Amino acid sequence: MQANKSSKLLILGGIFTFLFLYVPLILVILYSFNDSRIGISWVGFTLKWYKVLFADSQLMSAAVNSLIIAFVASFFSVILGTFAGVALHKYKVPLLSSLIMIPVAAPELLVGVALLLFFLLINFTLGYVSIVLAHIAFCTSFVTLAVKSRMVGIDNSIFDAARDLGANSFKSFYLVLIPSILPGIIAGGLMAFTLSIDDFVITFFTAGVGSTTLPLSIYSMIKMGVTPEVNAISTIIILFTLVITSLASKISPQLFK
Amino acid sequence: MTILQIKNVTKNFDDSVVVDNISIDINQGEFFTLLGPSGCGKTTLLRMVAGLISPDSGRIFLDGKDITDLPPEKRPLHTIFQTYALFPHLSVFDNIAFPLKMAKWDKSRIVTQVEELLEDVQLVKFKNRFPHELSGGQKQRVAIARSLVDRPKLLLLDEPLSALDARLREHMHIELVKLQEETGVTFVYVTHDQQEALALSSRIAVLNGGKIEQLDVPTKVYSKPKTYFVADFLGKCNLIKAEVISTTNDAVTLKIAGYINLEVKCEYAANYKIGQKGWYSIRPEKIRLNREEVENTDLYRAQAKVLGYYYYGNDTLYEIELGDNLVLKVMLGNTKSVEPKFFNEETMVHMSFDPHAGSFIAEEL
Ligand SMILES: Nc1ncnc2c1ncn2[C@@H]1O[C@H](COP(=O)(O)OP(=O)(O)OP(=O)(O)O)[C@@H](O)[C@H]1O
Ligand SMILES: [Mg+2]
Repeated sequence: MQANKSSKLLILGGIFTFLFLYVPLILVILYSFNDSRIGISWVGFTLKWYKVLFADSQLMSAAVNSLIIAFVASFFSVILGTFAGVALHKYKVPLLSSLIMIPVAAPELLVGVALLLFFLLINFTLGYVSIVLAHIAFCTSFVTLAVKSRMVGIDNSIFDAARDLGANSFKSFYLVLIPSILPGIIAGGLMAFTLSIDDFVITFFTAGVGSTTLPLSIYSMIKMGVTPEVNAISTIIILFTLVITSLASKISPQLFK
Repeated sequence: MTILQIKNVTKNFDDSVVVDNISIDINQGEFFTLLGPSGCGKTTLLRMVAGLISPDSGRIFLDGKDITDLPPEKRPLHTIFQTYALFPHLSVFDNIAFPLKMAKWDKSRIVTQVEELLEDVQLVKFKNRFPHELSGGQKQRVAIARSLVDRPKLLLLDEPLSALDARLREHMHIELVKLQEETGVTFVYVTHDQQEALALSSRIAVLNGGKIEQLDVPTKVYSKPKTYFVADFLGKCNLIKAEVISTTNDAVTLKIAGYINLEVKCEYAANYKIGQKGWYSIRPEKIRLNREEVENTDLYRAQAKVLGYYYYGNDTLYEIELGDNLVLKVMLGNTKSVEPKFFNEETMVHMSFDPHAGSFIAEEL
């Protein structure tokens, strides 16, 4: 009886958490199809906000910018973060391990201001390059963490075994090390991609004038109120994220156990 | 013929000697065991042979060739690690094929060779599984197959069975000995389990504190321990303080526990001076207990009081007290077909043993 009661409680708790997480998202999706510019009452189904959205060339080019930035930033942060994660696991340098956490733990505002000051100090012109560099900087921390925590779960003797069974250190790296931490690398890369694509604060500080990304554009749109176009673009972003994660888990199902 | 020669090898970690000037010659086809307590340097010695760490001094020869400076992938030997070290992202088949791929074998030859090994270790059905889908014993067999698939000159095994339960371990003992005989590969086996060492090995080196205490065949190591440590570490042993009171060519007369005089056969009798201190060691199963007095005058005989007993199933361990607080352990086999009758506590019994069944261990050899 006791167990039954607690499992009921668990189910209720689970349902509540899901509602808490998803009701706002579901509302956004629903209203992106609502045939009314203002108000919360349901008028009828329409796709016209999506048409408006795709006709908005400024918003579209901002979206393309965001995608490119996210691809480049996650690509480089995956490379840097993988090396950093492996190295930090292997050579347990106590201070470095906590320093790599700073971009994760520190308020984004602080990181943004610090990066801005740094770029100004070295006289670096703000623009897309500075945005990408800033994104690589904070994304690398997340990839490092993901890779490092994957390394913890791996029996270190497999690297000895690889050498022992005839792989030189280079082959041991790409035939054993990389594949065995691949779930960590993919998870880190996905995290980097999603963090980069919707980053606002750090981008805001490092963008300078004339360069814009999707979050920056959305921000300037909602200054005039939450419009159905904003709901539509949000819906697309939600679906996009869903597709990425399910794709990644399909590519390597057994890696995601 | 010597296949592996370890010559004056020393290794220090943080200023403490872990392997201390060890020299061992291991013969082709041998099942050689390194036996010792935790932390005595067994793994360190094995890793130096494998090339995973390099010695501070000394050389290692394989098949007459100095391999001390070769990287691990260039050494024609493999290691079985305590944790199996299977590659988690590769199937059973691909794990076993790994060394063949590294050696650039043809695809078709790889398939036939791996299939053969899969049959040898009875894993044909499991070839497409991944390591996390296997039991401990199955993982162990994959590790063994992977290490033997390219017929190395030497196989190093670092406590390969320590994670398995007792029954499976016994089963694997038989399989290991069979595989070793079939393949003819020389095994260097590390364990801290003395029973395992005695049962499997052609020779045993008992290590302690980075040094070899004794290197000999199992029967000698067990029945003629050379040092106090060896006697104490391998099985149960009575170690009684003793002093040499006279010597002949092949025997010493000892004064044991301060009051018993015994003549004991001894290979190194001539080396000992009168007054040499040490221990008389005798295994518990060499001592007999009887209710009636024993006639045989070749035996050392005395009355003793039973202090207690522990029933182990196949045998029973008694603790008996002779005079002057001299307590001995006695192991009696429960060989009768009827229920064993025990000597109860406080019973007086007649104890006897052949003095030559024990041996003299000198202090500071
Ligand atoms: N990389 C290392 N750095 C520092 N000390 C080490 C290192 N490897 C081993 N040691 C030390 O060397 C000693 C011997 O270690 P080793 O692993 O060889 O023991 P072992 O005989 O295999 O023990 P066990 O039966 O517990 O496996 C230990 O005291 C250990 O702490
Ligand atoms: Mg060890």
